[in-house]
Amino acid sequence: MTEVLSEQVGRGSHGGALLEVDNLHVEFRTRAGVAKAVNGVTYSVDAGETLAVLGESGSGKSVTAQTIMGILDMPPGKITGGEIRFRGVDLLKLPEDQRRRIRGEGISMVFQDALSALNPVFPVGWQIAEMFRMHRGTSRAEAKKKAIELMDRVRIPAAKDRVNDFPHQFSGGMRQRIMIAMAIALDPEILIADEPTTALDVTVQAQIMGLLAELQRDSNMGLILITHDLGVVADVADKIAVMYGGRIVENAPVHDLYKNPAHPYSKGLLESIPRVDHKGQELYAIKGLPPNLLEMPTGCAFHPRCPYRRDNCVTDVPPLYTISGTRGSACHYWREVIDEGEH
Amino acid sequence: MKANTESILEVRDLVKHFPLTQGIVVKRQIGAIKAVDGVSFDLHRGETLGIVGESGCGKSTLAKLLMALERPTSGSVRIHGRDIATARGGELKRMRRNIQMVMQDPYTSLNPRMTVGDIVGEPFEIHTDVVPKGGRRRRVQELLEVVGLNPDHINRYPHQFSGGQRQRIGIARGLALQPEIIICDEPVSALDVSIQAQVMNLLERLQNEFNLAYIFIAHDLSVVRHISDRVAVMYLGKIVELGRDAEIYESPTHPYTQALLSAVPVPDPEGRETRQRIILQGDPPSPANPPSGCHFRTRCWKAQDICAEQTPALEARPGSDHPSACHFAEVRDVVNAQ
Repeated sequence: MTEVLSEQVGRGSHGGALLEVDNLHVEFRTRAGVAKAVNGVTYSVDAGETLAVLGESGSGKSVTAQTIMGILDMPPGKITGGEIRFRGVDLLKLPEDQRRRIRGEGISMVFQDALSALNPVFPVGWQIAEMFRMHRGTSRAEAKKKAIELMDRVRIPAAKDRVNDFPHQFSGGMRQRIMIAMAIALDPEILIADEPTTALDVTVQAQIMGLLAELQRDSNMGLILITHDLGVVADVADKIAVMYGGRIVENAPVHDLYKNPAHPYSKGLLESIPRVDHKGQELYAIKGLPPNLLEMPTGCAFHPRCPYRRDNCVTDVPPLYTISGTRGSACHYWREVIDEGEH
Repeated sequence: MKANTESILEVRDLVKHFPLTQGIVVKRQIGAIKAVDGVSFDLHRGETLGIVGESGCGKSTLAKLLMALERPTSGSVRIHGRDIATARGGELKRMRRNIQMVMQDPYTSLNPRMTVGDIVGEPFEIHTDVVPKGGRRRRVQELLEVVGLNPDHINRYPHQFSGGQRQRIGIARGLALQPEIIICDEPVSALDVSIQAQVMNLLERLQNEFNLAYIFIAHDLSVVRHISDRVAVMYLGKIVELGRDAEIYESPTHPYTQALLSAVPVPDPEGRETRQRIILQGDPPSPANPPSGCHFRTRCWKAQDICAEQTPALEARPGSDHPSACHFAEVRDVVNAQ
């Protein structure tokens, strides 16, 4: 971290977690109306910790991440409320030149589709080296040397020979490694990985997740893993935030959530996935469709699909009830849900 | 589901090589992509055969060969004993009626300018004798109802539906000609988790209702296990292991199957620290230049000299009943090993 930032963003002096998202609201103004993508999301990550943000498309998980990074397209996007505190400083209030410093050095991101995230007309080594040239003012030769080191670190074979290759000359898994190399170039304290393995085969997925875990161990990064894959989450997460309709419907330590979910949506998801380790009967299917962000259901956004629904679910938005110090569920009837899961 | 033993589809030594050429005016063949390289299997009435493998292993080319959308380099695909690969004209058209396909991506496989009624009814335009012209609209509405869509939405366009609903439209189109075989090429991989279960349950219900046989191609091994009666594992154009779902998932004998299975994340954090993982290094070799002998030997931890010299046959190996193409096949339960 640069000196300018250290003045503003004091190390460890603020008392809270490393990164805190607090009651964030984001909406998109479109011709069709206002789409409320994020409606009061609160979560936090500390150094060395892995938070998995789980949700389907349209649940707001990626928009939250883009807002943290400060790469949200505005307009049409608009942040209508909340704070994002990094080391206690609200990023949303920082001027753009300081945010730019944090991007890459404090918080960085790995995107889902490496082929479209990389620039096709520049060699990969040049793109990795750009991080050093732009942020650190390193000379070209020095930056290239560092790029080769990074490519070695993410285990790209023959990094020295491949540093001048273009993205299309790499396989999907190798491209994702290059994305990771760029993201960790400046030793960020928080790494956001947005569906890093969704486009990859399982064998390559295992390699990439292993690499991320190792890098995290080495540098004690905080990792925000955005995914819809309950298997990947079970493998690596410390804690989970389940998102639905732009809100967090359940947060819990990983073991608690899988053992005994406290929200009907997380429970339904767990029951609806086929398992590789045993063959089940007919799958439980959550009926209906995810909500339309332009016309959010009243009350609890999940109520049209919920088997536990009562009258007040249609009218009252459930707050995130505290179950214990580390667990919360945004369901009026979380006690029933959790009791039923007790085996 | 108990499938009876009558085989309706027989695939024998199927090979598809795509030529690689050099030169613009005078083209010379300098090699071939061996997309499918000697595949044989049977499909029985009412059963589901899952085909799994990494991208580039030839799953989708195989699907195209079965549909006669590609001509094989050699080998045969027999439906009820007649070879679809050599059929032409009217005969091919009649045979195609019996084997239909559900595509992967419901966003690009439906024509955005056609209404749902036109999309689902299009097979009747081509095979005009299946349903008389006057009854087609009603038949399309019946099909929509069968797949769980509102028959009144027949005049809507694909963009007015969600991903899961679009996939239902694709399934209705596949059912239109009442085929015995449906090839599903990654039918749920583009869908959200909560919608995947709906579509898979629909496919199972339709199978029971119409006694359909499925070829279910997917890269998600959990999905394949759920729906399949038998599973074929492909690697670089060849089937390396073939067996009933329990045989493949609980007692796999081929190292590639074992590696593939152990890489699947299990949605249960219990015991994750002690789970054994076989992590393969690198990517699959290019199908244009596969390794000699066993194609998997370059990534295999059991490889010895014999693997480079002799191509292992797909046959039953000592200690297990189902065929496996490995010289050193041995049972190892990687899924339940903790």
